[in-house]
Amino acid sequence: MPRIIASLVGAAFVFVLGLALFGTAKTAIQEPAAESAEHVFHLHPENIGLSSNGFFGKFDNQQLQRGFQVYKEVCAACHSLKYVAFRDLAKIGYSEPEVKAIANQWVIEQPSINPETGEAATRKNVASDHFPSPFANEVAARAANNNALPPDLSLMTKARHDGANYVHALITGYRNQPAELLKEFPGSKTPEGLHYNPYFANLNIAMPPPLTSDGQVTYSDGTKATKDQMARDVAAFLTWTAEPNLNARHAAGVAAALFLLIFCFLAWGAYQNVWRDVKH
Amino acid sequence: MATDSMVPPGESPEPFHEEVHDPRRRDFINIAAVSFAGVGVLAIVLPLVNQMNPSADVLAQSTTEVDLSKIQPGQAIKSQFRKQPLFVRNLTPAEIAEANKVDVASLRDPQTLAERTKPGKENWLITLGVCTHLGCVPLGAGEGENKGPFGGYFCPCHGSAYDTAARIRQGPAPKNLFVPNYTFNSDTAVTVG
Amino acid sequence: MSFPWAKHYEPKQPLMRWLDEKLPLPRLVYNAVGAGYPVPRNLNYFWNFGVLAGAALAIQIVTGIVLAMHYAANAGVAFGSVESIMRDVNAGWFLRYAHANGASMFLLVVYVHIGRGLYYGSYKAPREMVWLLGVVIFLLMMATAFMGYVLPWGQMSFWGAQVITGFFSAIPLVGEPIRVWLLGGFAPDNAALNRFFSLHYLLPFVIAGVIILHIWALHIPGSNNPTGVEVKGEQDTVPFHPYYTAKDGVGVGVFLLIFALLIFFSPNLLGHPDNYIEANPLSTPAHIVPEWYFLPFYAILKSFTANFILDAKLWGVLAMFGSILLLFFLPWLDTSPVRSANYRPKYRIFLGILLVDILVLGYVGGAEANARNVILGQIASAYYFAHFLIILPWVARSERPRPLPNSITEAVLAKHGGTSIAHSAAQA
Repeated sequence: MPRIIASLVGAAFVFVLGLALFGTAKTAIQEPAAESAEHVFHLHPENIGLSSNGFFGKFDNQQLQRGFQVYKEVCAACHSLKYVAFRDLAKIGYSEPEVKAIANQWVIEQPSINPETGEAATRKNVASDHFPSPFANEVAARAANNNALPPDLSLMTKARHDGANYVHALITGYRNQPAELLKEFPGSKTPEGLHYNPYFANLNIAMPPPLTSDGQVTYSDGTKATKDQMARDVAAFLTWTAEPNLNARHAAGVAAALFLLIFCFLAWGAYQNVWRDVKH
Repeated sequence: MATDSMVPPGESPEPFHEEVHDPRRRDFINIAAVSFAGVGVLAIVLPLVNQMNPSADVLAQSTTEVDLSKIQPGQAIKSQFRKQPLFVRNLTPAEIAEANKVDVASLRDPQTLAERTKPGKENWLITLGVCTHLGCVPLGAGEGENKGPFGGYFCPCHGSAYDTAARIRQGPAPKNLFVPNYTFNSDTAVTVG
Repeated sequence: MSFPWAKHYEPKQPLMRWLDEKLPLPRLVYNAVGAGYPVPRNLNYFWNFGVLAGAALAIQIVTGIVLAMHYAANAGVAFGSVESIMRDVNAGWFLRYAHANGASMFLLVVYVHIGRGLYYGSYKAPREMVWLLGVVIFLLMMATAFMGYVLPWGQMSFWGAQVITGFFSAIPLVGEPIRVWLLGGFAPDNAALNRFFSLHYLLPFVIAGVIILHIWALHIPGSNNPTGVEVKGEQDTVPFHPYYTAKDGVGVGVFLLIFALLIFFSPNLLGHPDNYIEANPLSTPAHIVPEWYFLPFYAILKSFTANFILDAKLWGVLAMFGSILLLFFLPWLDTSPVRSANYRPKYRIFLGILLVDILVLGYVGGAEANARNVILGQIASAYYFAHFLIILPWVARSERPRPLPNSITEAVLAKHGGTSIAHSAAQA
């Protein structure tokens, strides 16, 4: 009896699934899903091979400092970096006075209050401050950017698939909309105020091309600031802002893996030893 | 994983004895495996304990700037240093004289006023507002508060009285109010910490 | 506890003897996971996974308690407090990655543990209660894992909470009020986050309690073994300690090695990038998926796309819960007296198909919902229910099991090729 009840319940589920399958198949044949422009023309970023990749990967502080310079001179005008503090810059090779000077000279000041009157005011940044947002709030940010919100960049490389490569591909990937796209999908013309970029999920991004010419920043270490170089450096910098403890993590990982490997061999030896007289 | 030691040779269940091995080599690998596990557990305990120490953002906020220009002689203000109250007091000449009159050798925690202030700035007494007994905030910094029998600070929790140099004079507290590290940036501004 | 030849606890040290007289805790441990528990001598490595699951729970509880010292369950600051753990708290990144990946490792070993039970028939009499308690643990784990995933308050956290509590809105009439009650609002917010945090902290201890019952129930009949043949005598067993503690040591070592590789070299492999974006109630991510361990169930949910008497939505929710709840009936759905699939030629094939089927469901659960994937999911879901509810009850009727060994010892000796009667007699 339980067998029959179970079989009936099972048959009910299978029947409903069969019905659903029939419906799915019918729709698929009668109205096959149309291809979309973002499906056909979306590109995957190519690998930029950062030094932080791999088991023994470590950040290249020179590159991070160059990337910080690109952030400071280009990105920071619109994008906040709210989970990173000025003091964190010490970890990429800036000395304490340098960190203090960077904080003190940062163009955007920290929101504060006037100590006399209590009115809203701003003050100079100190090392323990987080990077201030260029906009007071989301409404202000949207108002200044054609109703688009520039996202915070602290976690950008972890918040996108294949993050560092994506950042590099996106900022170097702006181009004119291909003619074939418009021929195949006449309705998909890039709207006014947006910019065609095949690395962006829906192909049309609100951010104008941030890097427009070689030499847009002047690197103090003499590296030639090509657009590609700047994009690589800022991608490396944003990898660091998203995962500042990567160096420590990799170093601890190598030690832990070696330790556990030896432990596995010892445990295996002890196991063989304990069981040596028992067939099993 | 077993944390106690494996069965020593000779104690493994009788029915399975087939051949004799060198007991010392056998022991070694069991002991090595268990000791390795022990070292591993210790290595894991370290971060579990260390995580309770102050985090980087707490350590970073360890300096305080104080503006002295608004403090008249005889007045004091309360500020904050590392989330603790900080007393900044502008001593009057009378208070300085009273502090210097005391026989230092008779004090519980012998210190002169000069040792507790910066040279040339003897009127600026900067201390933590944390009673050295059990951590209450003494009275005396605010306008109209009870300064206690010695004209400095008075802790209402257990009755410790401090004098005009914030030295302990009466009550259960063992030490003078703590003087943190500070430097004068100018005549009217100090950085504490 | 279970067999007459089980060793008795005889403390040698005076201190232990004193303690044992006053509070027989050492005796309890000795009989549970010490030399006092006789275990079949032929267990293979699949029997390591129970201990591994226990280790994983311990890791989760320890790292979780520590993380709770730094986490703030408030919708305004939760995401930031997790970032502060990752950046500023001493070893915070390690603890957080260990906890996040620990959940995956826990579910992974539990899935192998369940799979072992299915293959070797560990759910059958006299071990039904062990199985039932195991299913309870599994349900509690799923609830805990889900609520834990909400806590970082990223986009996937938020929309996961929205979708999962949405299951309840499928219930006719009372569904929507139940959903609002669960969330303490009309959408996930502070109230939901706080109660999820409270329950996420509570449930692991409930799990630990049910695990004690699970082990208690196991110790009455004793462990199953790869032959499925019951223990006949002392020669079939070895004491748990040192034999299986030593073997579990190897298992724990390998487990920790894989775990460490995940934490230190690929900590976000099993996570989703969208959860590094703070929750935004106004924008759903393009492609929302649950964590990998829920994907097969999510595929079943998505496969019901046709109304039939009930709404498609209700069918999906019923089927998804049903797919787990039917495990409670498994001991009575499988009517074969033979436990181990090693001796069940037909059942073994169907079980192989089920394994592939669940992998397909996992793929479909995470893949985009185009016609091909939906159809694949519908076929795979149908097999899932057919396997447990139709095939399993009837397959034993037409199946001729392979001959079972007379005893565990006989099977062991046959494997080693030395079936000398004299030898096994000497051992007996």
